[in-house]
Amino acid sequence: MRFEKMTKVIALTGAVAMAFGLAGCGGSGSGSSASGKDGKTEILVWSWDSTLPRTVKGFEAKNPDIKVKVTNVGTNKKEYTALNNALSANKGAPDLAQIEYYALPEYATQDKLQDLSDMGASGYKSFYTPGTWDSVNLNGGVYALPMDSGPMALFYNKEVFDKAGVTEVPTTWDEYYEAAKKIKAVGSYITSDSGDAGFFDSMTWQAGAKPFATSKDGKTVTINLTGDPKVKQWDDYWQKMINEDLINTKIPGWSDDWNKGLNDGSIASLLTGAWMPYNLLSGAPDASGKWRVAQMPTWEKGGTENSENGGSSLAMIKTKDDSKSKAAYKFLEYACHNAQGIKTRVDGGAFPADNNTLKSNEFLSMTSLKDANGKDNAYFGGQKFNEVLSQAAKNVLPGYKFLPFEVYARGIYGDKMTAFTSKSATLDQGIAAWQKDLQNYAKQQGYTVKK
Amino acid sequence: MSVLDAEGRRVRAAERARARRVAADERAERRRAASSGFSNPSNPRRSVWLTLACGVFAVYCLFPFAYLLVNATKTQADFTSTFGLGPGRSFALWDNIREVFSYQDGIFARWLANTLMYVVVGAGGATLLAVMGGYALAKFRFPGRKAVFAVVLGAISVPGIALAVPQFLLFAKLGLTNTPWAMIVPSLISPFGLYLMWIFSDQAVPGELLEAARVDGASEWRTFRTISLPLLAPGIVTCALFTIVATWNNYFLPLIMLKDADWYPLTIGLNQWKDQASTAGGQAIQNLVITGSLITIIPLVIAFLLLQKYWQSGLAAGAVKE
Repeated sequence: MRFEKMTKVIALTGAVAMAFGLAGCGGSGSGSSASGKDGKTEILVWSWDSTLPRTVKGFEAKNPDIKVKVTNVGTNKKEYTALNNALSANKGAPDLAQIEYYALPEYATQDKLQDLSDMGASGYKSFYTPGTWDSVNLNGGVYALPMDSGPMALFYNKEVFDKAGVTEVPTTWDEYYEAAKKIKAVGSYITSDSGDAGFFDSMTWQAGAKPFATSKDGKTVTINLTGDPKVKQWDDYWQKMINEDLINTKIPGWSDDWNKGLNDGSIASLLTGAWMPYNLLSGAPDASGKWRVAQMPTWEKGGTENSENGGSSLAMIKTKDDSKSKAAYKFLEYACHNAQGIKTRVDGGAFPADNNTLKSNEFLSMTSLKDANGKDNAYFGGQKFNEVLSQAAKNVLPGYKFLPFEVYARGIYGDKMTAFTSKSATLDQGIAAWQKDLQNYAKQQGYTVKK
Repeated sequence: MSVLDAEGRRVRAAERARARRVAADERAERRRAASSGFSNPSNPRRSVWLTLACGVFAVYCLFPFAYLLVNATKTQADFTSTFGLGPGRSFALWDNIREVFSYQDGIFARWLANTLMYVVVGAGGATLLAVMGGYALAKFRFPGRKAVFAVVLGAISVPGIALAVPQFLLFAKLGLTNTPWAMIVPSLISPFGLYLMWIFSDQAVPGELLEAARVDGASEWRTFRTISLPLLAPGIVTCALFTIVATWNNYFLPLIMLKDADWYPLTIGLNQWKDQASTAGGQAIQNLVITGSLITIIPLVIAFLLLQKYWQSGLAAGAVKE
C-alpha cells in the first residue's frame, strides 16, 4: 500500500520532469543545429565585434538560402577559452570565429582552421594592407580574412600639449621624451602603461625587432628577446621614461580610471591602434574637440616605420560538412571582401583592412564621428583623421611574427613586468624572465626551441 | 472631531510617555553599570573598540552598495568625469533604467527572465531534493546511509569550479550545452543544502512524533507532508535562500556551458556589457553596467527581506519531552 503510493509519486515526478523536458526542447530549437527546418543552411559565427551583426541583414537578403547567427560568447581571451573547450569536446564549435591576428597562428598551427586559399582567397593579396595580409598568410596558407586593422598612431590631447608648450607634434622618440617632460611639468602624464603585452609587441615591432619566429613545419620556435638589439632599444627608452616618472604606470588600460584620465587630460596622449576614435568618443566624451591624430614618432628623423596594434580576422573552423563550409565562406567573403559588407562595418566604427576603403574619398574626407544617437561629433576638432590613419596603415613594417602560443605569452606578461610597479626591478629583468618562461612553456608543448 | 479621535490621541500620548520613561530608565541603568564597573547579561558593558571595528566593517560592506546607488544615477559622460561618490551633473537614473531595458533590443529583460527561471527551477528543485533527501537520511535507517554521508561531506569540500570543465565535457556529449538544462541540472544538486537539511531534520523532527503518526496509520508521505514539513519550514527557507543566492550569482558554470546570449543569466550578460568597452571600436556603457548591476541585486534584497521572518521564527526543536 505504502509502496504503491510512493511509486505513484515517483511516476508523477518523472512525468512532470519529462513535460519540462519537452517544453525546454520546444523553446531551444535554435543553437547550432546542422541545417534549419526550412532547408536553409544555418551558420554560426562567434564574434564580439559590434559591427559584424550589422552585415547579416544585407548578406541574408543576397543569400536567401543561408541563415547567419552571430553570437558574442565573450571578448578575446574568453572567446578563445570557449573555442578551446568546444574544440576539445568536439561539439558546439562555430563555423566562423573572430580571431585576433596575434592568436591566429595558434589555431592555424593546431590545424583547427580551414585553409582558405583552396576556396579562392589566395588571390586577395593586393586587396588588403600589407600588415594585415601578412598576419593571415601563414606558412603559405590563408587562414582567415582580415576583418579590421589597427595601424598605430599617436592620438594626443592638443589642449594639454598647447598648455605645456608642446606646439610641434613630436615626430621622433627623442622629441616625445622632451614633450613628456614638459607635460609632466603641467601636472599630466604623456601616456600610461602598466604592462601590456600587446603594446610591447607593437612598440618593438615598430622599432624593427623580430624576436619570434616559427619554422615552416611548425615544430621549431625561436624566442629571442634578450638578443634582439631592437627590443633592447625600446626597452632602454621606456625604462628611462619609467625612471623619470614620465609615464603613468599605475593606471591599467581600459579601466574606468584610464577613461577618466583621457577625459580630463591627465593622460595626454595614446600610442594605439587606428580603431581608437570610437573608443575615445564613448570613453572620454568630455574631451571632444580637443584630441588630434598624428603619425607615430620614429627612431630616426624623417622615418615612417609603423606597426599594428590589435585588429581581428574572421577564420573558418575546419569542418567536414561541405555545404556548411561553402555557406560560411560566402559570409566570410561578404563581411571581409565585399564592398557593401565592408562599408556596413566601417560605418559602424570598424577600421578597414582593405586598400579600396582606405583610398576612398568618402573615408578619407571624414571629419566627424557618429555618436550612439547617430549625431555627428567633431571629436578631432574637424581634422581629417582618416587621412592620417590611412597613411599609418601603409607604413606598417612587414614580416613581424607572433608566437604560436601568443595567448599564453600575453597572459603572463604582466606578472613578469614588475618594473612597472617596483623601482627595484627593470624592464630588462622582466623581459629575461618572460623569455625564460616562454622557452620552458614551448618545450612543454613539444616545440624545439631556438634562441 | 470625535470622541474616539481624542481618546486615540490620549492613548498614543500615554504610550509615548511610557516609551520615554523606559528609555530614560535604561539610560540610567547603563550609566550606573558603567560607573560602577559592573554589568548584567541584558545590559552588557559596551566596548568602544568592538563598536568601532563593527562600524568599520559595516562601512566596508555597505560602501560598494553606496557606490552602486550613486553611480546608477549618472550618465556615461558624468561617470567618467565626476567624483565616484559624488552626484553627477544630471540625475539620469530613470533614463538609465529605461536604456538598460532597451539596449540591444531589450536583451536585459531576457537575461532577467532567464535568471529567474534558473532560480525557480534550479534553486527550487535543489531545495526540494535537499529537503526530501535530508529528511530521509535523518529519519530512516537503510543500508548505505554511512556511504551517502561520506559522499555528501566529500562533495561539500569540492569546489564547484573544479567540476565545471568535466561537467562541460559530459554535457557536450549529452548534447545539453547551450541549453537551459546545462544551467538547471547542475544547480539541482546542492550537497551543502542536503547536509543542512539532514542535520536540521535530525534536530527539528522528533522521532516520537513520527512514531505517533505511524501508530495512527498515516502513510510516510502523509507524515512527511503534514507533520514534518511544517516543522522543517525554517530550515527549508534557509536552504532555499542559500540555493537561490548560489544560483543567482552563479558565474563560472554558465560562462562555460552557455554560448548563446539568449540563454545567458544576468551575471554573464552584464560582464559581456562591461567587456564591450575594452574592445576595438566598442561603445563604453558603464552607466548601463552599473544600473544593470543595481537592478540585479534588488530581487535578492527582496528575497532576503521577505524570507528572513521565516527563518527567525521559533523552531519546534525540543518541543517534545523525550
